Amino acid sequence: MAGVRDIRRRIRSVRNMQQITKAMKMVAAAKLRKAQEKVIAARPYARQLQAVLARLAQAQVDVSHPLLEKRPVQKLGYILVTSDRGLCGGFNASLIRMTDSIIQEESRSSGLVAVGRKGRDFFRRKANLITEFIGLGDDPSYGQAKNIAEAVIRLYQDGELDEVHLIYAEFINAIQQKPTMLKLLPIEQPEGKLGRQYIFEPSPADIIARLLPKYVEILIFRALLESKASEQGARMTAMGSATDNAKEMIDRLTLAMNRARQAAITKEISEIVGGAAALE
Amino acid sequence: MAGTFALRVVSPQGNVLKDDVEFMVLPSEAGELGILPNHAPLIAGLNVGVMRYTKDGSTQRLAISGGFVEVADNQVTVLAETAEPGGMIDLARALAAKERAEKRLSMRTGEIDVRRAELALRKALARISAAEDEAKQH
Repeated sequence: MAGVRDIRRRIRSVRNMQQITKAMKMVAAAKLRKAQEKVIAARPYARQLQAVLARLAQAQVDVSHPLLEKRPVQKLGYILVTSDRGLCGGFNASLIRMTDSIIQEESRSSGLVAVGRKGRDFFRRKANLITEFIGLGDDPSYGQAKNIAEAVIRLYQDGELDEVHLIYAEFINAIQQKPTMLKLLPIEQPEGKLGRQYIFEPSPADIIARLLPKYVEILIFRALLESKASEQGARMTAMGSATDNAKEMIDRLTLAMNRARQAAITKEISEIVGGAAALE
Repeated sequence: MAGTFALRVVSPQGNVLKDDVEFMVLPSEAGELGILPNHAPLIAGLNVGVMRYTKDGSTQRLAISGGFVEVADNQVTVLAETAEPGGMIDLARALAAKERAEKRLSMRTGEIDVRRAELALRKALARISAAEDEAKQH
């Protein structure tokens, strides 16, 4: 059995780790709340944009735009949103696994746009990595989403990619995140019921040409926000269980230490008693 | 006054404004676009610029950077990438942004840079005008 001193040293190091994981858990919880608020704040805009798109569809005007046009798919594109940092449990692993199996099963060639360091590191040598967006920070901005959207739209319009999917972690709650795939391009026009007649200014074609890129932007922005909330949720859960594990380990080690100390005392007493008996 | 209509301004950062107003003017693509109650259903594209609305006789301003407006059933929804109320704009920052954009424009590098700088300049000018007009009023 290890000496009392060794065990005490181990307890101390585990306790230090526990303090770190506990702090990380609390930081993640605070960031999670902020991220969640942002997800909710972005919703009305996304919903309204979608509504306008539906109105355009229902207006039955002939709207054709490269971003709506379906074409034979030769090359698929995937935008994979992962985190830049680890220590968040299986968050990145499950996203990467999903993407990997999709690419493996797909017979057509595919390209990857990596958002987040973890996804990029994994696919750097494996898949055909087209471009990457690293270091988005804890607070993804609309401008960042816009940059990604611009790059992807360019790839699509240049014919580099014929269909683009977005893979991200949908935030369900702090313990649950669901890896989700969403078709981004070509844009599926929402079905609209025939309704009132709108005046379009300057023209429906012009509105749609301006609206579609915005629609791509908001979808990406929402995915970034959802992913960030999911990441913080995953980290909070992972660090919570790490803290619990540390506590369990400290309890076990304390027990072992007390036993070792008891054994040492017992040994010492029996030696003294033995020594005294020998003198008589 | 022919009553009021519901105005809502939303951006990806959240709801900016929700109010009942009497009159508003928007920087539409085809020029200034005024909206009074009971306007016909309309969807229009917006430019970078200043949006004004009147409520109880006083006029408020918002600097918006492009987007769309939808009018239907006396409900006006403005979708803007950014929308800042005139009173909340940091004038010094807007002026600095304007100078930066002007400097970049005068250097004339690459096509995309020029487009970006122009956009930045227009946004800065909209913010400055919204902030100054708002200040003048008080």
